[in-house]
Amino acid sequence: MDHENEQKHKAPNYMAIFYWLAGLTVVEVGWATLLHTNRKPLIIGLVIFAGVKALLVALFFMHLKFERKTLGLIVASTLILGVILVSVGMAEHYLPRP
Amino acid sequence: MSSVAIAEHHHVEPPSSTGIAHDKMGMWVFLCSEVMFFTGLIGSYIVLRFASPLWPQPSTVLNIPLTAMNTFILICSSVTMVQALSSANRGDLAKMKLFLSLTLLFGAIFISIQGVEYWKLLHEHTTHYPNGFNPHASLFGSVFFTTTGFHGFHVFCGVVCMAYMTGKAFLGKLTKEHHQGIETLGLYWHFVDLVWIVLFTIIYLI
Repeated sequence: MDHENEQKHKAPNYMAIFYWLAGLTVVEVGWATLLHTNRKPLIIGLVIFAGVKALLVALFFMHLKFERKTLGLIVASTLILGVILVSVGMAEHYLPRP
Repeated sequence: MSSVAIAEHHHVEPPSSTGIAHDKMGMWVFLCSEVMFFTGLIGSYIVLRFASPLWPQPSTVLNIPLTAMNTFILICSSVTMVQALSSANRGDLAKMKLFLSLTLLFGAIFISIQGVEYWKLLHEHTTHYPNGFNPHASLFGSVFFTTTGFHGFHVFCGVVCMAYMTGKAFLGKLTKEHHQGIETLGLYWHFVDLVWIVLFTIIYLI
């Protein structure tokens, strides 16, 4: 059964992950409050914080780090398609029209 | 003992070509489709936001401290969910029931707070939105309620499933040997949390 997977590798320190997630949320709100007039560093910082939090949830809570590589490939391919979708939409706005 | 009883007692998982349990694989495939669903919503928000010069600063319309607390509550629910699975794997059924109940409670609190937030936004009259902030008021209102509304609906469905799973746990139907449903539901629950992490950042903070 798949729960044997968790027993084969050492279970992650879920509380440590929780503290990271909670801490990053506090940092995010502080970052947004302090830099609300400075758009570029605001967006870059918040995207990085959100990305790290999402990775922590995906890798440790969803156990993607301990699953087979096949699953990681399936999820990664979906994310790549998502990035392409959003990039095309933004390119439509930013690139000059012919 | 009859052959049927023997078969039920010694339940054997059908072999999987991927090495991953069938229901877990099914949930992952479903979550991949949900990634595309939310990418469409979030991507639309991003494109519309950057194309619109009159988009208000979210902090002037939305209650950031309340939503930050709600984000924290959803993160807590993810922790209790993963602890429920870990407890089930160890055979600690009492802790499994406790953590499942806490996850259900946190999920219900999240939905309630979001409901309060919606009610306040719809009924409070501000300088920007004298008739209340609603989907008709502006493009921001329309996109905000659509995106967070769909996420809230996903959380609601998760809460309903969580109530069913918690009920099963208290009826003694989940054991150390048979609790795959917790992991499968947990994947959905963590996904819903992950989407909120992205939504909170993009809609409320940027």
